[in-house]
Amino acid sequence: MSHIIDRRLNGRHKSAVNRQRFLRRYREQIRRAVAQAVDQRSIRDIERGERVHIPTRDVAEPVFQHGRGGVRRAVFTGNREFVVGDRLPKPEGGGRGGTGSRASNEGEGEDAFVFELSREEFLDAFFEDLALPDLVKTQLQRTTRHKWVRAGYTRDGVPANINVRRSLQNALARRIAAGAGWRRRLAELEAELERREAAGDPDAELAGLREEIDALRRRIAAIPYLDEFDLRYNNRIRQPKPITQAVMFCVMDVSGSMTQEKKDIAKRFFILLYLFLTRNYEHIDVVFVRHHTTAKEVDEETFFYSRESGGTVVSSALELVREIAEKRYPLHEWNLYVAQATDGDNWDDDCARCGQLLAESILPMVQYYAYVEISDIEGKHLWREYEALAAAHPKLAMRRIREAREIFPVFHELFRRRPAAAG
Amino acid sequence: MARIASGSDWSFEDIERFDAVLAELAAGFGLDTYPNQIEVITAEQMMDAYSTVGLPVGYAHWSFGKRFVEVENRYRRGEMSLAYELVINSNPCIVYLMEENTLTMQALVLAHAAYGHNAFFKGNYLFQTWTQADSIIDYLVFARDYVRRCEQRHGEQAVESLLDACHALMNYGVDRYKRPPPLSAQHEAARQAAREAHLQAQINELWRTLPVSPGPRETAAPQRFPPEPEENLLYFIEKNAPLLEPWEREIVRIVRKLAQYFYPQRQTKVMNEGWACFWHYTLMNALYEGGYVDEGFMLEFITAHTNVIAQPPYDHPGYFGINPYALGFAMMRDIQRICESPEDEDREWFPEIAGSDWRETLDFAMRNFKDESFIRQYLSPRLMREFRLFALLDDDQREAYEVTAIHDARGYAALRNALAAQYDLGCTEPDIQVWDVDVRGDRTLTLRHHQRDRRPLGETTRAVMRHLRRLWQFPVRLESVDEQGRVKTVCRVE
Repeated sequence: MSHIIDRRLNGRHKSAVNRQRFLRRYREQIRRAVAQAVDQRSIRDIERGERVHIPTRDVAEPVFQHGRGGVRRAVFTGNREFVVGDRLPKPEGGGRGGTGSRASNEGEGEDAFVFELSREEFLDAFFEDLALPDLVKTQLQRTTRHKWVRAGYTRDGVPANINVRRSLQNALARRIAAGAGWRRRLAELEAELERREAAGDPDAELAGLREEIDALRRRIAAIPYLDEFDLRYNNRIRQPKPITQAVMFCVMDVSGSMTQEKKDIAKRFFILLYLFLTRNYEHIDVVFVRHHTTAKEVDEETFFYSRESGGTVVSSALELVREIAEKRYPLHEWNLYVAQATDGDNWDDDCARCGQLLAESILPMVQYYAYVEISDIEGKHLWREYEALAAAHPKLAMRRIREAREIFPVFHELFRRRPAAAG
Repeated sequence: MARIASGSDWSFEDIERFDAVLAELAAGFGLDTYPNQIEVITAEQMMDAYSTVGLPVGYAHWSFGKRFVEVENRYRRGEMSLAYELVINSNPCIVYLMEENTLTMQALVLAHAAYGHNAFFKGNYLFQTWTQADSIIDYLVFARDYVRRCEQRHGEQAVESLLDACHALMNYGVDRYKRPPPLSAQHEAARQAAREAHLQAQINELWRTLPVSPGPRETAAPQRFPPEPEENLLYFIEKNAPLLEPWEREIVRIVRKLAQYFYPQRQTKVMNEGWACFWHYTLMNALYEGGYVDEGFMLEFITAHTNVIAQPPYDHPGYFGINPYALGFAMMRDIQRICESPEDEDREWFPEIAGSDWRETLDFAMRNFKDESFIRQYLSPRLMREFRLFALLDDDQREAYEVTAIHDARGYAALRNALAAQYDLGCTEPDIQVWDVDVRGDRTLTLRHHQRDRRPLGETTRAVMRHLRRLWQFPVRLESVDEQGRVKTVCRVE
């Protein structure tokens, strides 16, 4: 006899473990695909899955099989015109035996194994061993905003918070409890009085009884209607409310010395930071600040693709960042991140000013300040200035990049887990 | 008779009613089946089942994940539709129905899997010899738990690389000529510890014969080890690999057992599908004749059925070789035809079965053959003409392909042989056996490949040999012997 079982509700994602094993095995290829994708996407277009190509020979599971050559025989269907002894030319390039269909069957081996990473897997692959810098600290800092929530009742508080219902409930209960003995006694005495009156006892004998009843009534009436300790107040406590929004300032030098290539590298760096933040915050604002001798807030398109010429005054941008942050992004609502990309050139006179701005007003505000210098030359003035600051401020991270392929490792290094800090 | 149901939406009651009627009809036709366990599953669960090669319980391995990803992608892109059913050779026989199927399809699947395949699993000699339907699920549970424990104890990576190596040799992990002992979960678990100790002791004994000093080799004819070539490579590894840990041997054994379990299925694709298609066709028609279903139902069934057994010609873009469903179904129907209304040609070719009782004849054919012998025995000239079969010879020493036989009187026998050989695993898989172990030297393991038709080994050989090296843990070597008896070393992994 047959049994029919409905299995639709159980056993979902039974293959999840196998899928994870698969992804782990091809982590390197997946990472490469992800890195490549990031290179090509725009900042806003980053939050989706990715198609990963893995060469089929890498995922192949080899078994012993025949190779080409030798004598092969095969039977096919659908003969129309052939008779015994017919000769058919072999396809060019010494294709494998058989006809086209067989070749196409086995030709699949040449393709890449293609599959889709989900958005989560894409990002996971990307952030595999990354975390917010000093994550624990950041979390602590993130909880600076509070909100009041109700948390039951309390015995003391201000009159405005009195909970009338709860207080009167308490009063009623107390009155019942406090007068219970007296009321019982009163009821007994009254019953006795009634009985003796009906029996025609003399009034003189009943006077004492009546007096006692009066005394009891007075005592019961004297129980306070509402006492101090009946009062209950609504209790409200402050609960930390995490800030789930961040603003990311992209600061870039667009002076004549920044070539399109350098800007491209910078852009990738910004994308990475943006992506990283989306992992940790619900809402992210991106502010693009570009500068040469003066700074200006622009949209993404202008930011990356328009070209200016002239000198460089980095401090102008830093001041603008500070201004915007103070005006639009109050610290108790926003986490601030700054990513700055330059070629390291700056007016020498301006460097000290930059250091001062950073140390005094910007670094105290931000969660993280990432500085990349896209340049071949070491030891530029601005770099030295920042380097001195970085020693004292763990929030400031700085790296030098020379070409596009260095971005990914640099990013890794910038945001790598810091075990000591987490402890 | 009352209609069972109509329309395309199904309910569990409908399935129950169909199953009851089909069971009755099948019994009337003399089909002997295991009890059925019918499980309704979603498309995703079907993909799960696909990726674990249809096993309901399996150990974790990346290759299953790969298969899942592959199936999922192709399904999402609409490049493939999922099979309507999946059936597992177990007792009770587990039949998966997809919830997306229409009522007609559910009935079709029931007839196809729960009565067709089921009866085949129970009746065919290969399945009877090589699989234990009663205990396979138990054994799978044992295997999964054992592999999981090994992962916990020895690390996922170690287990994974071992499984990779075993999977590469899986096709060479089957016994072809002796019946394996019955499996059972409790039995296995109980015997496992004893086996470990015993095996390990034997291994140590074997290598104790190593000479203390590398003196001159004995001149007497060296005793080969193993004395006879061994075709079950995984068995040889399990019993003789010098350095494998006991748990590694057990995992080799597990993969070997699974290979053995699938071995009959690889040899009976045409017969199994042909048998199931024949019975769903017969049972569906019986349903219609019994008045259980209406014309709409039959039209939908016939559409689905025709798609399944379609056989495009060789030059059609949709040609992917001979469709086992088409060939199998046609052969089963043809046997029925030969029994019921034989012609002169049939009497000449099939004197024993022409005019006999078709149920008995089909039953006999189902029980006692595999694809290769089935085709050799029953492929009729008429069918060869219908399929317009022709045989092609591809000799790398000649300029062109040559047509060696077509569907005419001269070609029938040759065609039948050629087609049968196509389903003979002995022809399609290279013949590779354990030949020798250098017991007195560096322990090199030598495999021998016996060439047929000068066909060399493929490019994957080296990769497989590296997997073998992982298991043997000493150098491995592969020799190829051509038809003139010349021996040549193909590959050596130090």
